[in-house]
Amino acid sequence: MSIFLSTEASNHSTQTHISDEPSLVLDSVSCERGERLLVECLSMSLAAGQGVRIEGPNGSGKTTLLRVLAGLSQQYSGAVRWCGEDIRQARAVLAADTLYIGHLAGVKALLTPLENLAWWVSLHIPSLDPLSKESLLNALTQVGLQRFANTPCHQLSAGQQRRIALARLYLSQHRLWILDEPFTAIDTDGVALLEQRIAEHLAQGNMAIITTHQAMQIEGFSSYCLDKVEQKEGGGQ
Amino acid sequence: MNGSKPNTDIGIFAAFNALLLRDLRVYFRSRGTWLNPLVFVLMVITLFTLGIGPDPSALSTHASGIIWVVALLGIMLSLDALFRADFDDGSLEQLLLSPQPLYLAVLAKVLAHWVITGLPIVLASPLYSLMLGIPANAIAFLALGLLLGSGILSFIGAIGASLTVSLRSGGLLIALLTLPLYVPVIIFGSQFVQSAIEGWPLMPTLSMLLGLLIGAIVLAPIAIIGGLRLSQDS
Repeated sequence: MSIFLSTEASNHSTQTHISDEPSLVLDSVSCERGERLLVECLSMSLAAGQGVRIEGPNGSGKTTLLRVLAGLSQQYSGAVRWCGEDIRQARAVLAADTLYIGHLAGVKALLTPLENLAWWVSLHIPSLDPLSKESLLNALTQVGLQRFANTPCHQLSAGQQRRIALARLYLSQHRLWILDEPFTAIDTDGVALLEQRIAEHLAQGNMAIITTHQAMQIEGFSSYCLDKVEQKEGGGQ
Repeated sequence: MNGSKPNTDIGIFAAFNALLLRDLRVYFRSRGTWLNPLVFVLMVITLFTLGIGPDPSALSTHASGIIWVVALLGIMLSLDALFRADFDDGSLEQLLLSPQPLYLAVLAKVLAHWVITGLPIVLASPLYSLMLGIPANAIAFLALGLLLGSGILSFIGAIGASLTVSLRSGGLLIALLTLPLYVPVIIFGSQFVQSAIEGWPLMPTLSMLLGLLIGAIVLAPIAIIGGLRLSQDS
C-alpha cells in the first residue's frame, strides 16, 4: 500500500483536499488542561509526504495537542479531520492509520523486548503474525537491541527501553506517525538513525508529527510554534 | 472508507490470545499478584474460626456467608492493580489506540486477572470449607458457586478499577463504587451454598448466578472501555 501511496503523493503533493488522499486537517482546534487554555484556534493541514514539528517551551501544550490528534483525548473544541472524516466519529479509521509513541514507552518491565514487541504487533499490525520472530528481531536489530532480545526489560537502561518503543517505527506501515519527544534518552548515533527512518517514512508519502527540543535535520518538515504560553497564563490570571 | 482499515478479521483472536498470554506472563513473573488474594482469604477465614470459636455448629451456620464475603473482599482488593501498571507505563494508551476491537482486549485483561485471583480462591475452596465445617456433599456446590460468582465479581469490579485508574490512590473508592453492585452476587451466592447444605432445590439460585455472569461478561466491558477512555483525559 505504501508504494502505491508514494507514487500518488509525488503527483499530487500540493493538492490536499482530495478525500482519497490521506490528509490531516485541524480546524480551529483549542485545547485546555486544567483551567489553562493551551492551544487556541489552531488550524493547519498536513498532506501526504509532509511532516510537521511542533515546537514550544515546556508547558506550552505540545503533548496535549498530540494526544488530541492521536485520538486519546477528547478534551478539545474545533474539529480534527483524518481523510475528510471527523476523528470523533471515525475513531477506528484513525486508529488503523496512526502510530503514536508518547512520553510513556508502553514497555512492560517484566517482559523481554521481543515479548513487548509481539504484544504491540498483535494490537497494531494485524497483518503481521506476532509469533513470527523474524520481523520482530529485525526491528530490534535496527535499534541495536538484538543482543538483548530476551533480556527482561527491567535490566535495560532508560535509553534501551525507549529504543524498544522506537523499534515499532521499523515494523509500522501506518500512514501517520505521532511522536512525542522520540529522541529523549537516545544517543547521537541513535538519533541520526531515527531521523533517517522518519525521512524514509515521509518519502513513502506518509506523514509525521513530532515534538522535540533537539535540532532535527529532515527534509519536508515544517514547524509550528506554540509559543504563547506566558501570554495565556497572564491572561488567565 | 473500508479500504483504509486493515484486514482485522484474521487478527482478532490472535490479538485476544496474545493479550491473554501477555497478561498471564506478567502476572506469573510478579508472584505477589496472584498469591496475595489467596493468602488473604485463607488468613481471614482462619481469623473467623478463631473469633467465633471452635464450636462446629456455630461455624457451619455462618460458613457460606463468611466464605462469600471474604472471597468478595479478596477479589476486590486485588482489582486496584488490574489496570494500574498498564496506565503507569503507557501500555494502556497503546491498547486504547489499537484498531482491534477493545471489547475483546478488555475481556482478555479481565479474564487473565480472574485466572490469577479468582481461580485460586475457587480451587482452594475445599480447604477452607473444611476449616468452617461445611458438609462434604456441599463442597462441590460451593466451588461451583464461587466459580460463577468470582467471575461476576471480577467483571463488575473491573468497572470500578477502570474508573479509578487515573487517581493516585483509588483503593477505597473502588470499594465504594463496586460494593453496592456486589449485593446480588452475595445474596444468590450464599443462598446457593445454603441450598446445597440444606438440600433445597438448586436451580433457581444457580440460574440467577449464571444469568448475572452472562450479563456481566456481556455488559461490563462496555462500561470498562468507557472508564478507560475517561482515564486518558485527566
